[in-house]
Amino acid sequence: MKKNNSRRTLIAAGLIVAMLALLLVLDNVPGVPPMLLTVLRKGAIYALVAVSMNLLNGFTGLFSLGQAGFMLLGAYTYSVLTIPVENQTAIYQQYAGGGVHFSITESLSNAMGGFGTLLGVIICLLLAGIMAAIFAYLIGLPVLRLKSDYLAIATLGFAEILRAVVQYAKLGPITNGSNLLYGFTSFDSFRIGSLKLSTVMPFIFSGLCIAVVVLLINSTYGRAFKAIRDDEVAAEAMGINLAKHKRMSFVISSFFAGISGALLAMYQASVQATTFKAAMTYEILLIVVIGGIGSISGSIIASFLFVGCSEWWLRFLDNETTLKSFNAKLIFAIIFGLIVLGILVLTLWRQVKTGKLPVATAPGGKRKVLFGRSAVGPSLLALAVLAWDVYFVISPKLKLPLMRSGFRMVVFSVVIMVMVLFFREGIMGDKELPDLFGKRPKNAKKEAAK
Amino acid sequence: MSSNVLKIENATMQFGGVVAVDNMNLEINQGEIVSLIGPNGAGKTTAFNVITGVYAPTNGKVDFNGQTIIENHPHGKMKKLYKGQNDGMYSRILEPTPDKITKLGMARTFQNIRLWKSQTVFENILIAKHCRVTAGLFAATFRANRAEENRQREECEQLLEVLGLQDVRNDLATSLPYGQQRRVEIARALATEPSLLLLDEPAAGMNPQETDELTSFIGRIRNDFKLTVFLIEHHMDLVMDISDRIYVLDFGKLIADGTPSEIQNNQRVVDAYLGVSNDA
Repeated sequence: MKKNNSRRTLIAAGLIVAMLALLLVLDNVPGVPPMLLTVLRKGAIYALVAVSMNLLNGFTGLFSLGQAGFMLLGAYTYSVLTIPVENQTAIYQQYAGGGVHFSITESLSNAMGGFGTLLGVIICLLLAGIMAAIFAYLIGLPVLRLKSDYLAIATLGFAEILRAVVQYAKLGPITNGSNLLYGFTSFDSFRIGSLKLSTVMPFIFSGLCIAVVVLLINSTYGRAFKAIRDDEVAAEAMGINLAKHKRMSFVISSFFAGISGALLAMYQASVQATTFKAAMTYEILLIVVIGGIGSISGSIIASFLFVGCSEWWLRFLDNETTLKSFNAKLIFAIIFGLIVLGILVLTLWRQVKTGKLPVATAPGGKRKVLFGRSAVGPSLLALAVLAWDVYFVISPKLKLPLMRSGFRMVVFSVVIMVMVLFFREGIMGDKELPDLFGKRPKNAKKEAAK
Repeated sequence: MSSNVLKIENATMQFGGVVAVDNMNLEINQGEIVSLIGPNGAGKTTAFNVITGVYAPTNGKVDFNGQTIIENHPHGKMKKLYKGQNDGMYSRILEPTPDKITKLGMARTFQNIRLWKSQTVFENILIAKHCRVTAGLFAATFRANRAEENRQREECEQLLEVLGLQDVRNDLATSLPYGQQRRVEIARALATEPSLLLLDEPAAGMNPQETDELTSFIGRIRNDFKLTVFLIEHHMDLVMDISDRIYVLDFGKLIADGTPSEIQNNQRVVDAYLGVSNDA
C-alpha cells in the first residue's frame, strides 16, 4: 500500500515537471500560435476561479454569484499596490498623480533584484486574496442567512455594487475611477535570463492554489462542507456549526477568487472595472456546470475547454457572415434541420423515459413507441421550423446574416441549456480524474447498483 | 439531583396560537431507557426538537447533566399570545443552536432518515466526528492534525465493527436497506460521543424481525457505550420490552408516567392511545 502511494506521488511529480517543461518550451520557441498561449494562460486562471466557485456551489451547496465582485477586489488590490512610482503620474493623470506613492514589487526588486519582484508579487497576490476575504467576511454576516436563490441574488447584487463603487470619482486617486490601470508587474516581467516565463507562472500560481483547495476539501473541514451540502439539518444535529462553516467556505472561496482576479490582472496587464460584469460570473458558472458541480478536475478541464472555445475555436462565430451561394445555404439548411430533428428526438426520448409516451410490445417482442398526445406539440413545432428551413433554401430573396458579433455567446447559452436539460452531470459529474483510472470501491459499487 | 441526565421543567412550546407541548415536566436518570409515546400529533417530535435546540421553547427550562442548557420565557410577540402556564417563572433567555447541544453530549436520530446521501457509510460516521475535532482550519488543510485524524478513523472503524457495519463501510449510505440505514444513523449519532441518545421512531417502517433486532441492539449499545436512551416509538412491543419507564403524551400534555406494566394498566392511557385489544 505504502509503496503504491509513493510510486503514485513520483508519477504525479514527474507529470507536473514534464508539464512545466513543456510550457517553458512553448513560451520560448518561435512559431507557437499565440492563441494557444492565450488559451493556456487564461485557462489556468479561469480554472482557479471555477474551482473557487465550485468549493462554494458544488461542495458547500451555497449558490453564490458574487465571484466577479471578489475578482474585481483582488485585481484592483494587486494592481494598485504594484504600479511603479514613475508610471503613476501618467496613469493617474486625472487624479493629480494618484494617492498611492509606493509600489511593493518595485521597492522589493530595488532591494533584492529578481527575487524581490517574485516575493513582491506573492505578497501582493496574498493581499489581493485577503482583501477579497475581508469583504466576503463582512458581506457574509448578513447574506449567509439566506438560502439558495436568495443568496445568489444578494451576492450578485453585491458584485454589481462593488463595480459601481470602484468607479466612484472620489475613490479616483486609488482606483483611477473608470479609467484603466496599467503598467504594473505582469506575467511578462518574469524571466530567467532570456527565458520567458509568461505561461509557466500562471500555471504555478493557479496550480498551488488549486492544490490547497483540494487539500482542504479532503480534510475534516471539507467533509463537514459536504455534509452541509447534503443535509443541513442533519449536519447541525451532528454538531457542525452551520454559520461558522458556511462563513469559512464563503471566505476561502472569495480568497481564491481574489487571487485569481489578481492573476487575471497580471495576464491582461491592465485592469478596468467593466471587465468584471455579471457576464463574467455567468462564464464561470458555465464552466462549473459543464465541468460537473462538485468536481475539481471537471472544473479545470471545462475551463480550458471554455476558454479555448471562446478565445480561439469559436471566434469565427463572431465574424459577420452572410450565406450567398445556393450550396452554402443548402448545407446550412441541412445542418439546421438535423439539429431541429435531434432536439425533437431527444424531447420524445425524454417523454418515453418519463413514461409520458406509451410504449407497446409488439408480437415479436419488439418494443414500439406509440404516438401519444404529448408528442403532438413538439412535432408540429419541429415541422413548422423545418418548413421554414425548406422555404429558406428555395427562396432566393431570403438571405440570412448568419453570424455576427455576439453570436458566440448565443452558442454558449444554447450549450448550457442543452447541458442542463439532458446532461445535468456535466463532464465529470462529482467524480475526479483519479477515480476514472484506479476504481475506488465507492464508485465500483455505484456502477454495480445501476 | 445529580443523577438526572435530563430534566425538563415546565416546557411549553407554542406556535402562533397552537400549544404543541404544554407544561412538560420530565426527568431521565443515568443509564435508563425511557420512552415517550402518544397518538399522532401529540407533540412527541416537537418535544425532541425543543430538547435538541431545533426550536427554542416558549417557556421553560431544560437541564442536561445538572447544567441548564436551555431556558426561555414568553417575550416579544409571544408575550401577548402566550396561553400556557408558569408565565413569569423564568427570566433568562438561553437558546443554543443544535450543534452546541450536540457538543455537550446529546445526539439524536431522525424520524425520516437524514443520512448524507453522497457519502459512504464510513464517511457518514467520520463526518459526525467533526464536532470533536480540535485542529484548526490551517492545521487540518495542511495535514498537521494527522494524529487526531488517524485516531478518529480508528474510532470509526471500531464503531463499524461493534455495530456490524464493516461489510458495507464503502457503500453509499442511502443505497442500504432501510433497517441498516437506521443502524448507520444510530452509529453516526454514537460517533459524536454522546451520553444521552435520542431516538425518534427508530423502528418506523421496520418489519417485525427487524424490530426485534433493533430492540436487542438498543439494549446492547446502552450497556456498551454507557448511554442513557430517550426514544419515541409507536411499536408497543419494542417500547414495553426495553423501557425502564414510559411517559405518555396526549395533545401536548403528559397524561401518565411509570413502568411499562403501570402504563398498560392506566385507564387514561388506554383510552387515549393504547386502546382495548379486540381479543379481550
